[in-house]
Amino acid sequence: MKIYDWLNQRVDLDSITKFAKKKQVPVFYGTVWYYLGGVSLFLFIIQVFTGILLILYYQPGSTTAFESVKFIVSQVNFGWLVREIHSWSANLFILFIFLHMFTVYFAKAYRKPREVTWYTGFILLLVAMFFGFSGYLLPWNELAFFATKVGSDIAGAIPFVGDFLLKLLRSGDDVTGATLTRFYGIHVAVLPAVFTIILGIHLILVQVQGMSVPPSQESLPPEKRKYMPFFPNFALRDLLVWLIVLNVIALLAVFFPWEIGQKADPLLPAPAGIRPEWYFMFMFQTLKLIPAHIWFIEGELFGIMMFTLGGLIWFFVPFFDKKAGLGIKSPFWKWVGVIIILYIIGMTIWGYAV
Amino acid sequence: MKNPDRKKFLDIMLGVGTTAWLASMLYPISRFLIPPNIPEANVTSLEIGQVTEFPYNSSKIIRFGRKPVIVIRTKNGDFKALSATCTHLDCTVQLKKETEQIWCACHNGIYNLEGNNISGPPPKPLTPFNVRIANDKVIISNEDMS
Repeated sequence: MKIYDWLNQRVDLDSITKFAKKKQVPVFYGTVWYYLGGVSLFLFIIQVFTGILLILYYQPGSTTAFESVKFIVSQVNFGWLVREIHSWSANLFILFIFLHMFTVYFAKAYRKPREVTWYTGFILLLVAMFFGFSGYLLPWNELAFFATKVGSDIAGAIPFVGDFLLKLLRSGDDVTGATLTRFYGIHVAVLPAVFTIILGIHLILVQVQGMSVPPSQESLPPEKRKYMPFFPNFALRDLLVWLIVLNVIALLAVFFPWEIGQKADPLLPAPAGIRPEWYFMFMFQTLKLIPAHIWFIEGELFGIMMFTLGGLIWFFVPFFDKKAGLGIKSPFWKWVGVIIILYIIGMTIWGYAV
Repeated sequence: MKNPDRKKFLDIMLGVGTTAWLASMLYPISRFLIPPNIPEANVTSLEIGQVTEFPYNSSKIIRFGRKPVIVIRTKNGDFKALSATCTHLDCTVQLKKETEQIWCACHNGIYNLEGNNISGPPPKPLTPFNVRIANDKVIISNEDMS
């Protein structure tokens, strides 16, 4: 308490504790959704910690990367565990961001005044996917090699800036050891910095504006709405969920390890059954189905244009769905969300079934 | 306002100065990010081995300059050499022996042995290379592709 008083006299801790005590969490059928953002945050923290540990042994470069990952999982004490947790946590990280995003979407939490929280959240999803894409290459195995070729080639097809982007990503015309070094830098320096800054804004907004409730709850008379204090009631529940997630990851890491695969060799053909990470599967499957040409446009470019357009509409949904902010029902956007989920799930299953 | 012209002038100077400063920062950074063009070793022809090293209905991927090239010996014993880079999204193709077609595993693109795209997403044929046999040696080249 002496330390608290000492600090409080200097940096006014009381205002922070007062704020924390005042913070409340709405209690209703959807309270469970509020855990999803927190779990995503927890998984990011795990990624930072395990990532720092992996950096200690990992060596980028086409002749060392695969070997160093093998060394980590076979020689370093508990290296296998750290790498498995990093891989599993990465996948769950993306999954929970998706779940968080869709619950937020259907609760229409993007409506005024929380548009900026939605925008930053969507950018965080994109950065997380780029985290996945760049990290996937680092073990320098066959699957990663071709996934990177395909992914960067897609960027290269963008009109006007494509060539610059392709060279920027690959550090040249082809995917080589130089690409690996670049992806490593992006993965461990650029993206963490970008992610942390945007995450900071995202979290501050959530604190300042408080938790959103769906319009159906908002329209209830005040005496019918229930709350629980964030601290300690909700915070302890959060901790419990995090602990469960950590245990699930440990179980997955032990019983369902990720393979390292075959070392990348530019002179081997793409192996049969090659597929990207599951969260790119719906796009991968779509690209597979689009014919070589649609009217005068190359199929590849057509696919990119469609996904960019879809992404932009999704990003700007608070702008399009102004009714939600005025308390008017907007079922159209609900159905848009349903169709998108069905599309993503359908294409993903199809992609794995073929 | 005492002297609006003076304020406007200062605003313009500030804007121009800031833009110039930004450009002088961003230009070198954007140039730095793209690696220098290292001139490719100008490979025009390459000896890739004895004829006997290629069984009928088989293929081999070799490096031609910096690019992979797929060399195929057909069932009839003819040689074909094509760029091994799929024209769709850059994966490396392979010979499908059962159907005598060239197949890309990434997005199920299919070419015939002449390199023409016949099904799936590839938009263009594979670039052909010359193959000639001299003293029982297989030589591929990219000269005189008329």
